[in-house]
Amino acid sequence: METSNRFLSRSEIIGFAVLAAVIFIVLPVALDTFRLNLFGKYLTYAFVAVGLVLCWGAGGILSLGQGVFFGLGGYCMAMFLKLEASTPENTAIQSTPGIPDFMDWNQLTALPAWWQPFNSLAFALLAVVAVPVIFAFIIGVAMFTRRVGGVYFAIITQAFAAILTILIIGQQGYTGGVNGITDLRTLLGWDIRTDEAKEILYYVNGVLLFAVLFAAQYVRKSKLGRLLIAMRDQEDRVRFSGYNVANFKIFVFCLGAAFAGIGGAMFTLQVGFMSPTLVGIVPSIEMVIFCAVGGRLSILGAVYGALVVNWAKTTFSESFPELWLLGLGGLFIAVVMAFPNGLAGVYAEHVAPRIAKLFNKSAGDDMPGAAKTPAE
Amino acid sequence: MSPGVNFDEVLGGDMSNKKPTNLNNGVSRRAVLAGGAAALTASLFTPKALRAADYPTAEVNTTGLAVTDDTVTIGILHSITGTMAISETGSVQAEKLAIEQINAQGGILGRKIEYIQEDGASDWPTFAEKAKKLLVNDKVASVMGCWTSASRKAVLPVFEQYNGFLYYPTFYEGLEESPNVIYTGQEATQQIIAGLDWVAKEKGAKSFYLLGSDYIWPRTSNKIARKHIENFLDGAKVVGEEYYPLGHTQFNSVINKIRLKKPDVIYAIVVGGSNVAFYKQLKAAGIDMTKEDPIVLTISVTEDEIRGIGGENIEGAYACMKYFQSLTNDNNIEFVKAFKEMWGDDMVIGDVTQAAYLGPWLWKAAVEAAGSFDVDKVRAATPGIELTSAPEGYVKVHENHHLWSKTRVGLAKADGQYDVVFETADLVEPDPFPEGYQ
Repeated sequence: METSNRFLSRSEIIGFAVLAAVIFIVLPVALDTFRLNLFGKYLTYAFVAVGLVLCWGAGGILSLGQGVFFGLGGYCMAMFLKLEASTPENTAIQSTPGIPDFMDWNQLTALPAWWQPFNSLAFALLAVVAVPVIFAFIIGVAMFTRRVGGVYFAIITQAFAAILTILIIGQQGYTGGVNGITDLRTLLGWDIRTDEAKEILYYVNGVLLFAVLFAAQYVRKSKLGRLLIAMRDQEDRVRFSGYNVANFKIFVFCLGAAFAGIGGAMFTLQVGFMSPTLVGIVPSIEMVIFCAVGGRLSILGAVYGALVVNWAKTTFSESFPELWLLGLGGLFIAVVMAFPNGLAGVYAEHVAPRIAKLFNKSAGDDMPGAAKTPAE
Repeated sequence: MSPGVNFDEVLGGDMSNKKPTNLNNGVSRRAVLAGGAAALTASLFTPKALRAADYPTAEVNTTGLAVTDDTVTIGILHSITGTMAISETGSVQAEKLAIEQINAQGGILGRKIEYIQEDGASDWPTFAEKAKKLLVNDKVASVMGCWTSASRKAVLPVFEQYNGFLYYPTFYEGLEESPNVIYTGQEATQQIIAGLDWVAKEKGAKSFYLLGSDYIWPRTSNKIARKHIENFLDGAKVVGEEYYPLGHTQFNSVINKIRLKKPDVIYAIVVGGSNVAFYKQLKAAGIDMTKEDPIVLTISVTEDEIRGIGGENIEGAYACMKYFQSLTNDNNIEFVKAFKEMWGDDMVIGDVTQAAYLGPWLWKAAVEAAGSFDVDKVRAATPGIELTSAPEGYVKVHENHHLWSKTRVGLAKADGQYDVVFETADLVEPDPFPEGYQ
C-alpha cells in the first residue's frame, strides 16, 4: 500500500475542494431552503459515516451500533432545547408548568436531577461529545481488552442499540418515550425553525463536517492511521511488535462516537426533534450502508454515500410511495454486487485513471487502498 | 343559489341530501335531485351554486395554496411501508374513497380534489420531512394523515410553523388542542368513561385490572380509567396496573397474576402485534371470554386487529369504540358497500378507518362554509361543522377541534365482527384536558 505522508496529496486537495464546492456553493445555489435543509439532514449522517470509515474501513471494527452515539448526541442537544422551550408561560396548560410536556403527561411533578445541568448550553455542548465518548469508552474497554472483535463485536454493538432503544422507550417520563423529544423551538432565544436559521445551521453543519473530515484525515495520515490499517490486516503481528492493540481500537471507536454525537446534535437542531427511531438497530445499519455505498475506505466517499443514499430515499419515496423500498433495496444489492468498494472504488478504478491520463500524471496516491484491497 | 340565502345555514341540512350521491358514485346528481327527498334544500343546493366560476381562484385562495380554477390539491400522509402500514392502510383507503366520492359530486367549490400521497414509512423523522414537503413544496390545502401519536407529535411543529391543516383520524390520549389539527377520532375520555360506566352498571363490575402497552396513549388512558373507577364508580377499585413494551409477546406471568387477583374486568389497551399473543395466551390459559369471568374490555382492538388475532381467539370480549362496521344505520350500510366495492369484499372497516373517512368530508364542509380554501378561514369556519352523512351517525366539530360523537360498546364475535350492545344516548362532548382526571 502506497501512502503519502503529506497531510493532503494533490488529488486529495482536489477532492476536498470539490466537496467544499458542492456543500458550500452548488447545493445552496441549486436548492430552495426546504431541500437545502433536507441535505443538511443527510449531512448529519455523514458525520457517522466518516467515523465508520475510520473504525470499519481503516480499523476493521464493524460497529452496528453507531445510532447509539448519534442518538446520545442528539438527545443531549434536544434536552437543552426542550428545557428552553418549556418555559412556565409556554407550558401554562400543564399540571406542573415549567417542565417538559412529556414529563407532565407521565405524572412527574419536578424536573429530575440529572436533567438540571442541561439548562446550561455549555454543559449540553460538552455532553454532546462527552456522553457518546464515555459510552464508547466503556464498551470499548469491555470488548477490546477481552479481544472481542469481528462479528461478535458487531452483534454486541447491535444489542446495545436495541437495549438503549428499549431503555428510552421504557423510561418515557424521563425521555419522551416513543414520541421522543419534540417541539423544539429556540436556541438561546434564536428561533431555529425559520428559513434563515435553517440556512445558517446548514452552513454551521458544513463547517463542522469539514472539521471532522480534517480530523479524520489527520488520523489516517498519522502513524496511528497506519497502525489501524496494519491491525485490520494482521492484528497479531501488530500485537507481537509491542503495540497495545486494544488501546488503539478504543481510541478510534471513541473518535467515531464523538463524530456521531456531533452529527446527532446537528440533526436535532436542523430537524427539530429527536426520537428513539434514530437510535435503534435499523438506523445503525442504515449508517453502515451509507458508508458502504460511499466506499468504506474513503472519508470523502462516505460523505457522498450519505448524500446519495438519502437523496435516493427521498426521491424514490416521493415518486413511488408504494414501491420505493424495493427500488432502494435493488440499489443496495447492485452497489454491493457490482462495486464492492462503493462510489469511491468506482472513482478510483474508472474515473481517476482517466483524469490521470488526461493530465498525464500518476493517481497512485489517490484514495489509498481503494482499488487494491479486496472487499471482505 | 337564490340571493340572500346564507350558504352556511343551508349547509348543515344539506349534508343529508348529499348522502345518496356521495355513497353511490354511479348515480348522477341530476337523477338524485329529481328523486331527491328533501326537495326544498335540494333545490337551494343546485350544481350552479358550486361552479368554480362563482368562486374565482384569486378570492378563494389568497395564500398561494395549490388551488387552480378546476382542481385543489391535498396531501395524504400515512405509513404505507414499515410496521405501521398494516394499521394505516385502512385510513388511506377510506380517505381515497371519500375523495373519489366528493369528486363524483363535483368536488369542492367546483374544484376536483387531487391528492399527493407521501409515505411516512413508520418513521417519525420521515413524517416530519414529508409533512414539510407537502406544505412547503406542494402547497397542499390540507393534509389527511398520521396515525400514531409519535408521528403526530413529529409533524405538529411543522404544521404550526407553516400553518398547515391536518385531519388526524386515530383515537388518542388527548392533552392536545392544536389550531392546525382536526382530531376526527376520539380523545381518551370519550372512549373510556362511558364504557366503564356501562360495565359497572350492566355487569356490576367492581374490580378492574388495567393492562397496556408501554407508551403515552395506554398510560394516559389508564390514568383516566383509574381516576374514573376510583372516584366515580361506587365501591369499585383497581386491583392491578401493568405495562409491557411495544411488541411484547409473553403475557403468561400477567395472566397468572390476573387469575390470582380475580378481577371482574380486564381492561386491556394492548396494541399492535402484542394483541395477537395476548388474546391467544389468554384463551390458552383457560380464560373463556364468552363466560365473562372475568370480562375483557378493550379500547385498542378494532375489526382490523381482529383479522390478526383471529375471531375465535377474542370471541366474547367487549370493545369500546365510536364506530363498528356492523352499525345498521343507512349511512353505514352505504359506506361499507362503497368501501368494499372500491377495495375488495374481504376488507374490514375499523373505528379509525371510519374516522379517516370523515376527514375529507369535514374539510369539504368547512371549506364550503368558509367559501375559501385559506387555512385561517377554514379554521374559523370549522367549529360547529356537522355531518349527518357520517357512517357513525351524526357528528359535529367542537370548539376544541375534536368531534362530538357517541361511545359504543361492541361484543366480539367469532366471525371478526362486533355486535353493538350499547351506545350512549347523546353525543359525548370531547374534553382533551379533562378536569379531575389529571
